Order: sequence, then C-alpha cells, then structure tokens
Amino acid sequence: MIELQAISLRAGQFSLDQVSFKIESGRYAVLMGKTGRGKTTILEAICGLRRVVAGKIFIHSTEVTHWLPAERGVGYVPQDLALFPTYTVRGHLEFALKIRRWSRPKIDERTDELAEQLGVTHLLNRTIDGLSGGESQRVALGRALSFYPSVLLLDEPLSALDADTRWEMQGLLKSLTDAHDVTTLHITHNQEEATALADVSYQLCDGRVEKLESKHDQASSR
Amino acid sequence: MGPVVWGVEPMNDARQTAAPTLHDSETNRRSLIAGHRRRSDVPFFVVMGGISSCFVLLIVLLLLADLRFASLAEFKEALFKPEIQFAFQLTILSCTVAALLSIWVATPLGYLLSRYRFPGRTLIDTIVDIPIVLPPLVLGLSLLILFHQPFFGWEIEAWLRDTVGFPVTYRWPAVVLAQFSVACAFAVRTMRVTFDQIDPRAENVARTLGCSRGQAFLQIAFPQAWRGMIAATTIAWARALGEFGPILVFAGATRMRTEVLSTTVFLELSIGNLDAAVAVSLLMVAMAVVVLVVLRLLGTGLTS
Repeated sequence: MIELQAISLRAGQFSLDQVSFKIESGRYAVLMGKTGRGKTTILEAICGLRRVVAGKIFIHSTEVTHWLPAERGVGYVPQDLALFPTYTVRGHLEFALKIRRWSRPKIDERTDELAEQLGVTHLLNRTIDGLSGGESQRVALGRALSFYPSVLLLDEPLSALDADTRWEMQGLLKSLTDAHDVTTLHITHNQEEATALADVSYQLCDGRVEKLESKHDQASSR
Repeated sequence: MGPVVWGVEPMNDARQTAAPTLHDSETNRRSLIAGHRRRSDVPFFVVMGGISSCFVLLIVLLLLADLRFASLAEFKEALFKPEIQFAFQLTILSCTVAALLSIWVATPLGYLLSRYRFPGRTLIDTIVDIPIVLPPLVLGLSLLILFHQPFFGWEIEAWLRDTVGFPVTYRWPAVVLAQFSVACAFAVRTMRVTFDQIDPRAENVARTLGCSRGQAFLQIAFPQAWRGMIAATTIAWARALGEFGPILVFAGATRMRTEVLSTTVFLELSIGNLDAAVAVSLLMVAMAVVVLVVLRLLGTGLTS
C-alpha cells in the first residue's frame, strides 16, 4: 500500500501542495498527467530522493516520510534508467543483493531466476554499452525487482521504446508485477499504456491527484 | 527579373531567355541546394591552424633552443653531479607524495563541491582557488608564517619539532607541503569537473537499492571517476614538478637537503653555471613528457 497524505514538495521554482492519494496493496496504479506537472517529483518523494516539505508518506501503513531511500524497500526505475556504466548486466541484477549481504549461492540463484524471467540470460556478462532500449529497460526493471521490493515505482518506463518493444514490455511488466505481488505506481502520459496495465488510474491535474474510474470500479458497477 | 535566391546573383536577361544547358542546370541545382555561393573551407583552416600553431611553435622553439645550447657532454657531466642526482631523487619522491596527497584530498572535496549545495559552498570554492592565483612567493611566505606564528603561546613548528619529533620548515617535508599546497588546488578543479560530468541519478538509484550515500559514492561514482583521477594526479604531479617559489621560501634551497630540480636551476644560474642549469631544465622537460605520455597511455589502455 502506498499512501500520500497532504504532501507538499518543492523542486526549485516548482512546487506541489496538499497532494493526497492511496494505492491499495498489490494494485498496479498508473499516474497520468501532462509533462512538467510534478509526476516525477511525487515518485522521487515516495522513494526518498526528494525532501517532503509537509505531509506524510505511508508504505504498507508505516510512515516513511523521513526515512532514508535505502530503508524504504522501494524498487525505482527512473525515466532515463540510470544504469551503472561500470557494471555488467549480472552486476546490475546482483547489486541490491550484495548490498544486503545475501550469500553467494542465493545471489546466483536469484540472478539466474530473474534473468530468465526478463529474457536477458544471454546478456548477463555484457556491460551495458550497446544494449538496445528494450534490453536496457529489462535490466533496469530486474535491478529494481531483484530484492523483492514491496513497492515498485516506474517513471515513464516505456516512453523511449518503439511500438513492438513497448507492447512486449507491457506484457513483461504485467506478468512480473503479478508474479512479485508488488504494489506498483507507473507514470505515463500514454492513455493506451494506462488502459493496458492499470488496475487503477490517477490523473495529476492543477496540483491535485484525481482517481479515474478503475477496472475494479467498472467491474463492480456491472 | 527572374526569382532571386538568397545569396545568388540574379541571372541577366540574356541568359534567362536562352535555353538552359545541362551544365547550367547542374550549377543552378548545386547553388540552390547550398542556398548561397560555394565558399572554400581553406581560409577557415588557415586562420585557425595559423593561430593555433603559434603557441605550439613557441614551445617547440624553446625546447630546440635549449637542446642547441647544451652539448651532450655537458648534459652528462651535469647529471652525474651528486647534488643534481640528489635533487632528482628528491623531486621524484616529493612530486609523487604531493600528487598522491592531492588526489586523496581532491577526490572527496571535488565530489562535495560538485554534488551538494550547502552554506559556505561558494566561499570554500573560492578558498580552493586561492593557491592558483596567489603569487608563489606569497604562498611560501604564508606557509612560513603559519608554521612559526604563535597561537596563544603554541607554535606549529615548535610542536612538530619538540613534541612529535618531525620538524618541517627548511626540511624535505616542507618541500612536499609547498608542492601540495598548489598542486592540490589544480587537482580539486579537475576532480570537481570529473564529478560534474558523472550523472548523479545512478547514485540516487543505488540509494533506493539499499546503499548509503557513502556506498553509492564508492560503488557508483568512484569507479566512473578513475579517468579524472588519473588526469588530476598527472596535473598535480606536473604542477609539483614546476613549483619553485613556495619551496624557496618555505623549504629553502639547501644542497643535498631541500634541493629539488626547480631549485637546482636557480642555484646553478646563481653561480653562473648556465650549462648545468640548461641540462637540468631539459631533464625536467623529459620527466614531464615521460609522465604525461605514460599516464595517457595508461588511461588509453584502461579505456580500451
């Protein structure tokens, strides 16, 4: 569960005030809105990279407003992916596990399992130079999911992909988030993407987050 | 009048009425594609190359003049003098220690100045640049005053000499400290630019994956900064090699004790031994070139 209670954020001249919304556990939520409205700022605040001026953030009913990013257990895929230039694909998938001091056999088992799910087993020993957009996206997704986070934050993860790869990645995203039972917040301004993936959709408009009618709501009303 | 294309002179009426030949239409097509008259790039390269080569030529002429001045026999004779051999060894040692100390300090300082906005940052940024703009003799004098100025009855040099048993002024540590004071400022500049060019977002992602800020620095930023570190070390070493003013004031120029190659040139000149001064100068040039080439090759090798 992700809950924001009357959050106020500042990013240079830009500010967001009194933003509130709640995503139930295990749901795939999509946050839409025009460019420059503060979607990324909200995501950064949830994962602890943006200081919160006022309000509270809860992850699974625990207030994490002032917790360090490392303590929140949130998987984050930024828009530019921010892959690590000096690491191999395997290094990316292992990174969070090594930080958590997992044993070598467990790291290897998890890395192999994840690589297979992502379809990057043949790339494990390659550096990130020369990876295609789709391959880079898979690596970033695997890196974020490797340590079984309870929350996954995706910042326009499919925006730089061609139509075929985007379609393929949408399927992968859905299957992986279902398999990991992770609460997901996905930012996009692509309506088609939102329709395909979202259990629940939100719209960021004039500094307010409004819930749009969800698949769940539609099913209940029938 | 026919239509006028920008930058192309209108054709005269006689040509307008004549049937266009294949050559004319090809010429016009090229003119229209370019949008203006074709101009040669040669003047551009002549002007840019001419201005650039002035500096390169000046350096080459300086070196050639030195080479022409010193004979091989005089060069050998000068280099086998025990004082100069001592100065050579102390130079290598002190420059290396000063460069290593510089990179040790410049890496965290460059990182902090690049990544964080904190109160007093501009002031610290300015302070770091002071050794670069300060006259070298003034820096040496300031070091001397710092070590001998009593602070409430306590003096750094006296404490180091009497309590620690490690006197600094007019001894080899003073040479290293004088070189470090200037070299470090250049290394900090280089490291700051290096970290400016490394995207901080990867470090942020590492923090969400469980890293502290320290771990994110060591595991993400640091491995990306090695090329900048090599450059900063090279620059610091080269600056330390050429340092003279602060060493003269703070460490003195005592033969077989605090003499480095830059002070050797001064000492040999002061006793009228121009041949030895030129020989040592050429040795310093050779050392600088060797260090630059080796480090660049090392950098290229690591890159490939």
